[in-house]
Amino acid sequence: MIPEIGLFLCLLALALAAVQVLFPAIGLLRGETAWLAMARPAARAQFVCLLAAFATLVHAFLINDFSLTYVAQNSNTALPWQFRVSAVWGAHEGSLLLWALILAGWTLMVTLRDRQLPGDIAAVVTAVLGLVSVSFLTFMLFTSNPFARGVPAPPDGADLNPLLQDFGLIVHPPMLYMGYVGFAVPFAFAIAALVRGRLTPGWARWARPWALTAWLFLTIGIALGSWWAYYELGWGGWWFWDPVENASFMPWLLGTALIHSLAVTDKRGAFKSWTVLLAIGAFSLSLLGTFLVRSGVLTSVHAFATDPARGVFILCILGLCVGGSLSLYAWRGPQVLAGGSYSPVSRETFLLANSLLLAVSTATILLGTVYPLVIDALGLGKISVGPPYFNLVFGLLMIPLALALGWGQFARWKEDSLGRLWLQLRFAAGAALIAGLCLAFVIDGPARVTAAVGIALAVWIVASTLTGLWARCAGRASPLAALFSQPRSFAGQAIAHCGFAMSIAGVCLTVAMSVDRHERMAPGDSVQLGVYEFRFESLNEFAGPNYQADEAKFTIYRDGKLVSELHPQKRFYKVRGMPMTEAGIDAGFTRDLYVSLGEPLEGKTWSVRLHYKAYVRWIWLGAILMAVGGLLAATDRRYRQTATQPAAAGLRAQES
Amino acid sequence: MRFIVPLAIFIVLVVVLAVGLKLDPRYVPSPLIDKPAPEFSLTRLADPTAPIARADLLGRPLLLNVWASWCSACRVEHPLLVDLAQREGIEIIGLNYKDTRPDAAAWLKTHGDPYRDSIFDPDGKLGLDLGVYGVPETFVLDAQGVIRYKQVGPLTPDIWRDEIKPLLAQLKTDAP
Amino acid sequence: MKPLLRAMVLWLAVGVAQAADTPFEFQDAETERRYQKLAAELRCLVCQNQSLADSHADLAQDLRDEVYRMLNDGKTDEEIVGFLVERYGDFVLYRPPVAGITYLLWFGPLLLLAGAGVVWWRIGRAKAPVQPDADEAAAIAALTGHRNDPP
Repeated sequence: MIPEIGLFLCLLALALAAVQVLFPAIGLLRGETAWLAMARPAARAQFVCLLAAFATLVHAFLINDFSLTYVAQNSNTALPWQFRVSAVWGAHEGSLLLWALILAGWTLMVTLRDRQLPGDIAAVVTAVLGLVSVSFLTFMLFTSNPFARGVPAPPDGADLNPLLQDFGLIVHPPMLYMGYVGFAVPFAFAIAALVRGRLTPGWARWARPWALTAWLFLTIGIALGSWWAYYELGWGGWWFWDPVENASFMPWLLGTALIHSLAVTDKRGAFKSWTVLLAIGAFSLSLLGTFLVRSGVLTSVHAFATDPARGVFILCILGLCVGGSLSLYAWRGPQVLAGGSYSPVSRETFLLANSLLLAVSTATILLGTVYPLVIDALGLGKISVGPPYFNLVFGLLMIPLALALGWGQFARWKEDSLGRLWLQLRFAAGAALIAGLCLAFVIDGPARVTAAVGIALAVWIVASTLTGLWARCAGRASPLAALFSQPRSFAGQAIAHCGFAMSIAGVCLTVAMSVDRHERMAPGDSVQLGVYEFRFESLNEFAGPNYQADEAKFTIYRDGKLVSELHPQKRFYKVRGMPMTEAGIDAGFTRDLYVSLGEPLEGKTWSVRLHYKAYVRWIWLGAILMAVGGLLAATDRRYRQTATQPAAAGLRAQES
Repeated sequence: MRFIVPLAIFIVLVVVLAVGLKLDPRYVPSPLIDKPAPEFSLTRLADPTAPIARADLLGRPLLLNVWASWCSACRVEHPLLVDLAQREGIEIIGLNYKDTRPDAAAWLKTHGDPYRDSIFDPDGKLGLDLGVYGVPETFVLDAQGVIRYKQVGPLTPDIWRDEIKPLLAQLKTDAP
Repeated sequence: MKPLLRAMVLWLAVGVAQAADTPFEFQDAETERRYQKLAAELRCLVCQNQSLADSHADLAQDLRDEVYRMLNDGKTDEEIVGFLVERYGDFVLYRPPVAGITYLLWFGPLLLLAGAGVVWWRIGRAKAPVQPDADEAAAIAALTGHRNDPP
């Protein structure tokens, strides 16, 4: 009975979403503002319905209601309770419900904070979000109903895929979806501006905190996914340029371009058309990602169980949402989006260069991801585009991006001179050059150039950020007080840029300095890896709640001193009959020591992978810094003020 | 004008994705089509001392079916192979891939033996040369031992009727 | 429906085959480096989307064995890659060859970059006079009494 209530609530939510679309539309067409007022309560009620529906599905998982096909396929009585909760979004149907719930949550937040917007714009924003919700709820209810009953109900479930029985599944998808779906808000703002034919000065200011918040969630989501793959898959990789990873990375890159372009539009009224296009593009790529993951057009290590009928449906949603908004852009854009003005050397041009470079990077990844599909569709054969391509091309594109970043965050708005910039930044440039040269001497091997260039760029970004801080604080009466009284948006920018530098450094140093070995080892054996000695001490049986495991004990010594003790496991999940590798990792700020068991060879001898991963944590720590920077910028005083007072107050707070 | 560019790019992308929905991303076409089948010298499944080589496949068009006793999908297509051999008199060569003799022999005893000759390839060497990547696979060879067609995955009555039967008939008229 | 069925059947076939993961011993560090590069840049055919190095599939182990054997036989990287391409086609290459059908792939990013450069140049040149939007300027003026942005 309870699942039927959940299903009914989903249908109700669909009806409310339709109200959220139709009432503002009719109101605007007939010029009756009373109709607009319906959008807000409908959106809030929709959130309540979906939250309750989601709760019924969680309940079904918790009580092991295997009469629901979805529960039967993705859970089991032996599955620990926390994984039964996260199994709700462990496969296609439930993850769609999470998608819809998060969209409703974002819409709710918009309705709580939209009093600063003109009434008609707020109504259109809600209506656009409602339209997205209608699409996805329809998709879920008609092709992928998580509440469908199976007859007869199996006595026990088929279990959650062991790969997903992990902390990663609990946190990674919700964060990722918060990001994906969050870009629907700036998207809706862009559509509202186009529909109403005006892009008011406050537009970018309203859109900015939303874009920043969505971006920071996506940043965390991607970093969590990378970290999860690193410790779960057992070969120490943290990024594979898999189509599904690319699907999440593309909206992130374009979202990064969006938050920078929004800054210019907010401050200077420039690049309106470009910013609006980026707002449409970031969400379109989220939808494209949804299509790529769930339609089965590309093979991927994390694909959902796919079904061509679903692919057709999502392609229709994609065509409707993206095709519709781009048509609107082509039609109304020229009237609405006359640009601002600035001189060739100014912060504006650097930011434009950066967002263009980010857009080129996005387009390159899109090209590489769909190229095999294009070749296949044209009947020209089958090719693969993988890490060697992406590493090379994307890596090269990051060089001008990082260079322009340093200049851009330092240049003045409107007009600046190259002479002044060079005078201020020459020390940063010198430091970068020296750091790069040092690395080139220290590091040997095929990745020497990568490491040297990467470190030079990272140092350049950090040094130019510090120069900027220095310039703002050094002349003041109390430099330290000045440092801490900087607006949050500036602090956020500085921290996020340092985070970006840290990620670059982490990537390049990991690639250049890591050592790994694939060895044949039995208890008692030891292997030397750089300065570390890995000893295989013993092998034991281990019984988990729903798996059986061989657990090895490894001790790691450096100069005869014990550094760490690791317990990698090779698990066998009974219900699915699937083996899983659980790596043993000693995490550190400058290095990870990583042991994973491969396969038993003969007797007690195993194939074992030993890794020394240099600076690998920096990749994710950098991402955390970026997210923290985003959070600071999103909560800047300007936006909080405009929340309580009308838009005018924000204009007064003209911090740089 | 420049406002239309994104829409145009998007339309191209959607067309590609729509076509892509109809394709199978896992199917890898063989580069060996219209190339001579590789040389090999292995033994027969039933008898470790009886050699078999490429020359034994020449003279008439035939099917080369790659299978193994551990391959559950092979069981799906096997009745069709037995039927083809018995009723239509099609010559099928079995390539037993990465298997053991007792397992393979027992399997054939249970499910029927449609093969004119069976090649035993325990290390998958010939399989590698043939570019086998998912058992079962079925090749059509002409009288000169040239590979004319390759089916990855189980043979179905539809594929037999629409693709392989006409091809075999044509190959027979080409080279009597 | 057919591709789906085929995918399922393939998965079954692969699932039954024993997983394999045998370590190799190399004659020298250079051979080991070449092996690792080859294994990372060649795509396994049966798995979803993994390199030979990462895949646990049986076929991947066979191909790794083959790569290892050819390295020990003194074959060059080109010969080894050629051997696999002859049998499995360009699909096995994660680094697609620069040839007719991949020119757009390899040089597309350059074209995009050039296009972005043109956009940047034109926007930067076109609007030299420094003048905020009329409505925004009016709004700022009304509220703040004409004040320039601080740097």
